[in-house]
Amino acid sequence: MKLFVYLSIFIMLITSGLSNDLQRKSNRVISVMDFDQFEPWLHKQSDSVYVVNFWATWCAPCIREIPDFEQIHKEYSDRGVKVLLVSLDHPNRIDGHVVPFLDRLGVDSQVVLLDDPFANRWIPKVSEKWSGAIPATVIYNKDQKVFFEKELKFEELEEIIVPMISNIKH
Amino acid sequence: MKKTSLFLVMFFLASVGFSQGYSVGDKASDFRLKNVDGSYVSLSDFPDAKGFIIVFSCNHCPYVVAYEDRMIALHNKYAPKGFPLIAINPNDSIAQPQDSFSAMKVRAKEKGFPFPYLHDADQSVYPKYGATRTPHVYLLERAGSDLKVAYIGAIDDNHRDASQVNDDFLSDAVDALLAGKRPDPTFTRAIGCTIKTRN
Repeated sequence: MKLFVYLSIFIMLITSGLSNDLQRKSNRVISVMDFDQFEPWLHKQSDSVYVVNFWATWCAPCIREIPDFEQIHKEYSDRGVKVLLVSLDHPNRIDGHVVPFLDRLGVDSQVVLLDDPFANRWIPKVSEKWSGAIPATVIYNKDQKVFFEKELKFEELEEIIVPMISNIKH
Repeated sequence: MKKTSLFLVMFFLASVGFSQGYSVGDKASDFRLKNVDGSYVSLSDFPDAKGFIIVFSCNHCPYVVAYEDRMIALHNKYAPKGFPLIAINPNDSIAQPQDSFSAMKVRAKEKGFPFPYLHDADQSVYPKYGATRTPHVYLLERAGSDLKVAYIGAIDDNHRDASQVNDDFLSDAVDALLAGKRPDPTFTRAIGCTIKTRN
């Protein structure tokens, strides 16, 4: 009996230690939303340029381009460019995959998780041009909107975004 | 100058978007592709088929994996009614080694695919159809000596959970054809993995 108690305490100590360890790794909190909650992000009417990128940790080209979006965030956030990374991962992958990936890259851009399986309903609301493949990116300001269903590099992003910034300043 | 080049980039992107390839009603072309059993498969090998469920598919994409069991069930249900399913992997095996021909053989065996699983090794077939992602479905129906595209899009409206599906787009479309009716809708969208090409 005593052995059982000791063993139980021992196991409790180990498991609590493990969960503490997991929690200690990151303070990152990722909001999970359905499309109706997310949709306002596609229609902001401020003076900013919004760069909304749809990605997932299992998508190799998406992961390749995240550092390029992060660089846009670093270099252009003070000029009114807002980068939003919209993860399409399953919510049960947040702790095991999404957060560790973002931490490893030191991503500072805002990240949300769009959890809405009924994609045929919401894909055309993001863009009529989108067939549904990711990565996909919407870039807009209050005057114009462009959409890309492909991997983008920093230089391409810059070429698209910079004229949209100057449009605002006029 | 910058504006012109940007315009050209946009124009190019628009032209490589999914506007290319087949629309519903277009005649679909045949192909001859290697199956996981080593044989070569063409649509003309199935003279009695009333049509085909063509699924651009692969090994690695989680959205495909989510649908594998549903693809098997669709084939088992509709092949006897004249609509066999044919899966085609359009991904380049250098760009995506998990989708190589040898890996396809392994996956087909693991899952016991009852349908052909073909390799678009030179990536010549998927651009003709206009597939942009995996999974991407093209439902074909026989029209005289031709095959015509009757439906393009998703298998159903919920990749995550087959039990939570509200709209069985593909099944409904095949049922409509079998009943001599037109599918409605004829075009749907779904999240999927891009088709991988060598840069």
